[in-house]
Amino acid sequence: MSPKAASKRVPVAKTYKIYIGGKFPRTESGRYYTVTDKSGDVMANICQGSRKDFREAVVAARAAVPGWSSTSAYLRGQILYRIGEMLEGRRAQFIAELTSQGVASAAAEAEVSATIDRLIYYAGWADKYQQVFSSVNPVSSSHFNFSVLEATGVVAILAPEQSGLLGLISNIAPAIVGGNTCVVLGSESLPLCAISFAEVLESSDVPAGVVNILTGFKEELREHFASHMDVNAIVYCDDEQNSGAEIQQASAINIKRVISRVDRRWDDAENDNPYLISDTQETKTTWHPIGR
Amino acid sequence: MSEPALHVKPSLVPDLNRVPPVDEVGVIERTTRFCKRSIKKDSKIEALKLALSMIDLTTLEGQDTPGKVRQLCQKAIHLHDTLDDLPHVAAVCVYPTMVGVAKNALTGHDINVASVATAFPSGMAPRAVKLEDTRMAVGDGADEIDMVISRGAFLQGEYGLVFEEIAAIKEACGDAHLKVILETGELGTLDRVRRASVLAMHAGADFIKTSTGKIQPAATMPVTLVMLQAIRDYYYETDRRVGMKPAGGISKAKQAIQYLVMLHETLGNDWMTPDLFRFGASSLANDVLMQLQKQKTGAYQSADYFSKD
Repeated sequence: MSPKAASKRVPVAKTYKIYIGGKFPRTESGRYYTVTDKSGDVMANICQGSRKDFREAVVAARAAVPGWSSTSAYLRGQILYRIGEMLEGRRAQFIAELTSQGVASAAAEAEVSATIDRLIYYAGWADKYQQVFSSVNPVSSSHFNFSVLEATGVVAILAPEQSGLLGLISNIAPAIVGGNTCVVLGSESLPLCAISFAEVLESSDVPAGVVNILTGFKEELREHFASHMDVNAIVYCDDEQNSGAEIQQASAINIKRVISRVDRRWDDAENDNPYLISDTQETKTTWHPIGR
Repeated sequence: MSEPALHVKPSLVPDLNRVPPVDEVGVIERTTRFCKRSIKKDSKIEALKLALSMIDLTTLEGQDTPGKVRQLCQKAIHLHDTLDDLPHVAAVCVYPTMVGVAKNALTGHDINVASVATAFPSGMAPRAVKLEDTRMAVGDGADEIDMVISRGAFLQGEYGLVFEEIAAIKEACGDAHLKVILETGELGTLDRVRRASVLAMHAGADFIKTSTGKIQPAATMPVTLVMLQAIRDYYYETDRRVGMKPAGGISKAKQAIQYLVMLHETLGNDWMTPDLFRFGASSLANDVLMQLQKQKTGAYQSADYFSKD
């Protein structure tokens, strides 16, 4: 063996693990699936998350609700901004992951930029959406009547299949900026960025449990996302084999909010939109007696 | 007030130097095995129902009020009425001042009232006070008494004194069952847990119980296993079956099933009954109910849909 061959370095591949409650466990099921690049070489083994992983993630998300929803709007905005900052510092990694998954390099660069910009966009809304959506309502009695928004709680997100990074963040950001916590199933075919994004979250002052990211098969997990009694809203972005109807039906069990974001172009500016925040908010109306 | 006469002969106090030492590493090794048994489907449902029937639904807060205790009793009677074939919990466990309230609220139901006594949780009171505490709780209708041992005396090696005290309380209990709380979190080593168990059983305990729930760590699997082994050896020696009650820190259905596995593999089927095994817990019942509802509907449950107590 020549000295050169002997010293050839073996690259250290990353183990892509799921993200629950601020930790990176492997799936409890011990199952994996493999993603390959264009030439068919193995890129990574990805956790095939199970319903029990989902259950654990919901427990973590539920535990994080009181703290996160009572965090001041100003601080939530700062933390979202911080995610953007951290992502900016890891641009190269995300671009490389996107290109290895088949995205053209110019498009990959544009997608990472758009993702960071979108985080900054929603960070800005943190202390403003309340003013836009709240109201003082005219009533014909001696009451001061006003409506404000409150976080709905735990949001389950089935992230878009075709947009591994931008689509993922476009759904996470509006949910958490409004004080919700979320459990997200990343894209099945483009899962790398979802887990790398979890590493960004871990270093961004986002409290444990506010965002939980799983990888796995939608077909298997969809039903549990929709039927879990402790989930308050579900967002879905694909409607393969009439799955939208199934999700709506299973969600009826505890009358979750069901938000369909099917067939969106995630690079479109329509996704820079405060209505994506109000989708996962509850309106609280107060009748406050006043003297004449 | 003079000290009441004791009916204990010094010769009855067991020689704790003869108690076998505990292999701590081995105990921990063994308990991790219990957590790896696969209990699924029908056996899981049966285990959950058994666990439910063994619960001493507990409220031991300084802020307890008669209203709160009545509410807890309602919870004990109506665990979750949308689920069929539910067993009821074994007992409601309260402070002595609440025994009367609980007894009234549970009239006509086959649920016992358990009362802590003997200056719970510290046990730092003169013996006369402890005895009076016990008699009053029994007089108000308590079916079971949960006493605490004097840990200070035990740690000083005053085994005779602790023995006498337990025996005296047992006598004061009359027909009420006596559970002896060792407060293992304050004993420090598994060897002492084993010795205290032996002492309590020889002094007449009907049950031995790990903890008050006020000290951490409370019930753990290693501590419980040591106590179960002590119960087993005492049974071989005397042919008397003593019950076991882990208390504090068991809040998940999964843990409860692991304890049942441990019970089954240490003492066998004879002990798989509320007469000889109890869980002291406040939030365990709801988690078990949520699991049973999950088994019935297939959907994971939310605490929002279960009454708190």
